[in-house]
Amino acid sequence: MTRLGELERAVMDVLWDSVPGTSDGVTVREVADALRGRELAYTTVMTVLDRLAGKGMVQREREGRAWRYRAAASREAHIAQLMLDALDLGGSRDAALVRFARSVTGTEADVLRAALGDEADGAAGLTDRIEDPRAGRARAADEATDR
Amino acid sequence: MAYAVHFAATILACWLTAQFLSATWTWRAPRVAILCWQAVGLALGLSAMGLPMALGLAAYDRPTGSALVALADDLAHGALPPGLGVAHLVGVGVGFGIGAVLLTTTVRSVHGTVRAQRRHRDLLTLVARQDPTVPGALVLDHPSAAAYCLPGVRPRVVVSAGTLSLLDRAELAAVLTHERAHAQERHDLVLLPFTALRRALPWFGWVADAYERVALLVEMRADDKARELHAEAPLAGALRRFAACDNRITPHGALGVGDRDLDVRVQRLLVADRPPRLIGATALAVASTLVALPISLFLS
Repeated sequence: MTRLGELERAVMDVLWDSVPGTSDGVTVREVADALRGRELAYTTVMTVLDRLAGKGMVQREREGRAWRYRAAASREAHIAQLMLDALDLGGSRDAALVRFARSVTGTEADVLRAALGDEADGAAGLTDRIEDPRAGRARAADEATDR
Repeated sequence: MAYAVHFAATILACWLTAQFLSATWTWRAPRVAILCWQAVGLALGLSAMGLPMALGLAAYDRPTGSALVALADDLAHGALPPGLGVAHLVGVGVGFGIGAVLLTTTVRSVHGTVRAQRRHRDLLTLVARQDPTVPGALVLDHPSAAAYCLPGVRPRVVVSAGTLSLLDRAELAAVLTHERAHAQERHDLVLLPFTALRRALPWFGWVADAYERVALLVEMRADDKARELHAEAPLAGALRRFAACDNRITPHGALGVGDRDLDVRVQRLLVADRPPRLIGATALAVASTLVALPISLFLS
């Protein structure tokens, strides 16, 4: 894993593990404080959060002069998405992966999809964002006609 | 006209070869069969372009390649030979159109795949963990069983926590070798043209069939690599457990997606068969002739 990937992971862990009371997001300063052991510069943390926002992994809202960041989806939702890809249930028409065996039941698929669905109730259109942060809507429509 | 007949004959031969490649001998020689499928795909694509072109260029009575050069020359000078009308030019245009569609579908397919893979890789970086029991692989903490390879320049082999608890040590090692074989031999690239064809011609059942067959052969090839290193038993055991995993969760039917393929793969591991050398050599000879025909017409 690259150093950048490691940093991104550490920052996401902070966002995911932040106490629910602060669910309206954390500031760059708060993330940097939580990662004090790593002795990261404030600007480094900001850059990493910026990259993550670009990838659609975090959402941000301006509060006064600072941004507040929070994870776009839970850790479990991301794992569910990866598993849907892995079991070829994600609806992707591209053979992005090579699987050992595709043995999965309808029930199991429903459970995985439900894991994403629960999240979507909280934040509308989450699956779209997981699929593709930039062209979510257009792509979803494209998929719908194709299927 | 003779050249158009050549292309038409090649298309027919491709179809016949595809039937031959759908037989079960391929399961004993997956690598040869995969090569032959590639050749058939290439020959079919070239012939589909060549047939309308050759019909349009009949007036030149020359091989397609040099006839195209002559046509370009004549078009540049604004003097077309007698017997070459609008219908003929349309034929040539259709040929180029088919080529363009095949090319753009492939490019789009590659683009979509690369994007999906990058997204998947990014997510893995954030949520997958490394585990001392599976060195070199990533673990996803999820109770369902999955094992897969994310192909690319820096491939990743991923297993779920469900797989770790489903398989014993030897079976897990066999599965990891299987996945690494996919990564090393770039089986994603092997499948790429067939993915593209399936996207370009979604209404042709046999194109989808060809994709499924090659996908199964690729699995068998990876199975062969795993059995070389770990013998048959652990791999067959792992396959059986993946298949049985279904029944454990839903006792009343609801078949898993790849059930039939799993059965076939297990059966194949249990019966020790020598590779069919004669059939394999014949298939390779036929396949290379198939590719050589349209290429030689385009080059001469």
